[in-house]
Amino acid sequence: MLSTHLPALVIIIPLICAPLCVLLHRKDWAFGVALLATWASFTCSILLTLQVMETGTISYAMGGWQPPYGIEIRLDALNVFVLLIVSGIGSVVTPYARNSLLLEYIEERAHMFFCAYLLCLCGLMGVAVTGDAFNLFVFLEISSLSSYVLIALGSDRRALTAAYQYLVMGTIGATFIVIAIGLLYQATGTLNMADIAKRLPEAGYTNRTVIAAFAFLVIGAALKIALFPLHQWLPNAYTYAPNIVSAFLAATATKVSVYILLRFIFSVFGVEFSFGTLPTALPLMILAGLAMFLPSIVACFQMNVKRVLAYSSVAQIGYMILGLTFVSVAGLTASILHLFNHALMKGALFLVLGAVFYRIGSCNIDRMAGLARQMPWTMAAFVGGGLSLVGIPLTAGFISKWYLILAALEKGWWYVAILIVISSLIAVIYVWRVIEAAYFREAPDDLKNVKEAPMSLLLPAWIMVIANFYFGIETSVSVGISEIAAQALMGGG
Amino acid sequence: MISWDLIVGHYNYWIAIFLAMAGLYIVIARGNLIKKLVGLNVFQSSVFVLYISFAKVEGGTAPILLKGVDVYSNPLPHVLILTAIVVGVATTALGLALVVRIRKEYATIEEDDIHSQDESM
Repeated sequence: MLSTHLPALVIIIPLICAPLCVLLHRKDWAFGVALLATWASFTCSILLTLQVMETGTISYAMGGWQPPYGIEIRLDALNVFVLLIVSGIGSVVTPYARNSLLLEYIEERAHMFFCAYLLCLCGLMGVAVTGDAFNLFVFLEISSLSSYVLIALGSDRRALTAAYQYLVMGTIGATFIVIAIGLLYQATGTLNMADIAKRLPEAGYTNRTVIAAFAFLVIGAALKIALFPLHQWLPNAYTYAPNIVSAFLAATATKVSVYILLRFIFSVFGVEFSFGTLPTALPLMILAGLAMFLPSIVACFQMNVKRVLAYSSVAQIGYMILGLTFVSVAGLTASILHLFNHALMKGALFLVLGAVFYRIGSCNIDRMAGLARQMPWTMAAFVGGGLSLVGIPLTAGFISKWYLILAALEKGWWYVAILIVISSLIAVIYVWRVIEAAYFREAPDDLKNVKEAPMSLLLPAWIMVIANFYFGIETSVSVGISEIAAQALMGGG
Repeated sequence: MISWDLIVGHYNYWIAIFLAMAGLYIVIARGNLIKKLVGLNVFQSSVFVLYISFAKVEGGTAPILLKGVDVYSNPLPHVLILTAIVVGVATTALGLALVVRIRKEYATIEEDDIHSQDESM
């Protein structure tokens, strides 16, 4: 009985628990509720994944209203994979929140933090599960609005301007997506994404309304993804947000936006229209290529390690977009795989930085000098995450780059494969700068007696690092789901 | 191919496009954080106009069951826009709240001044 309602429960649990956190008002109770809600959602996601792997696509009619008239929750391999990423990261990050420095600053408002956090989680998961185009916009705005709040909680006053900037850019992006949905509704008379996909060929691929809708959608989604050169909001937002928020958003928010792009380009508009009628692949490929290089180079010159990672995120998004421009099952597999693997590595690295910040109150490279002697476990975790970011064999990062290079070679584009390798080498530079400072330099005098980070911060960070290695060795699950999802997308599924 | 009818017949789109461009221009060109939010609102309103106007059916009345009437405007986009308006209100409220906090911290709401304060830090 309960299992038939799992698709709804997975988003309703955090949605109901969010106001509950505010009502309970006490820090510990709010934390308990948030922890239960995220773990319950994660459990639901795992059960749903098993269900989808066993029986194929799940369709759930919200409130009993049959699709295409009612709102449908539709889960195929891609949906559950994104759902799994978001809820999985959420359930690792929540226990970390309790002791993260954030709560020392805003201790008395912790219940508010958990409310916004659960709403953000709910919005992101909602985007991943819904089968209704307008519903997708609403969930996107739920997650965006709460993430502006979360970013503004940062202790530095520049967090406020970063949140404001993100609010303006994010709203423009979301509004572009609404315009696209409106135009699609005009052309097809339906809001259900599967139904739109069915009716678009009737509307005709040369229909100007449909082409305009496509353009608005790609630009809007690109703003949300922070695809170069629309990434201006991201570095500040990730740098000045509270550490826990950076870790959560870096691992989930842009991934969900990439999902939106994949879903619309491949499932709703269809491969034939997106890449046959319109020349989408080349411009996206150029932007992805620029994204792989320019932000990486900028990252090499940053002093704040959070900023380094933020620019690196923009670069990594380049890989995901590059994979989809191959328009092949192999390329898409690499894209979707990198969604997952990048969430693991950036989650791990930002959690480590949170632990560093907890002890030394800064993420500046100079302040982190010699830190490996005082905080060996923390810095070892950074090395682990860094190896994965660079793409050293036996880490998750290697697997996604390997598949991306294979996909490029399959197309016969050996020069693209070489570019991928070169851009990975730039990652070596910015990761090495941090490791060099932490392991080979003398600590500043006032930081000679720093203690190791507390267990409650180390444990989640290490769980993420170990996940990086686990999914770098045992790839059958992540690659398996990615392949099924990619085949469904290419097959017009 | 582009005829006079096409231009005049789609006047509601021209209004939406004008509003959207005016709104975006304000967001980009103005340094005052409140004015930027106003621009953002104008931009969002253009989408409301777009949705509401394309749902209008010529000769149709409000979608309420009435005897002797069988042509109604399409209520669905109107309802969607009700949701979008709520989202817009929430965005504006949050944006204004952020501006209040920014003013407390920087004692200004001009983008250039905020920028120069951050630079000098």
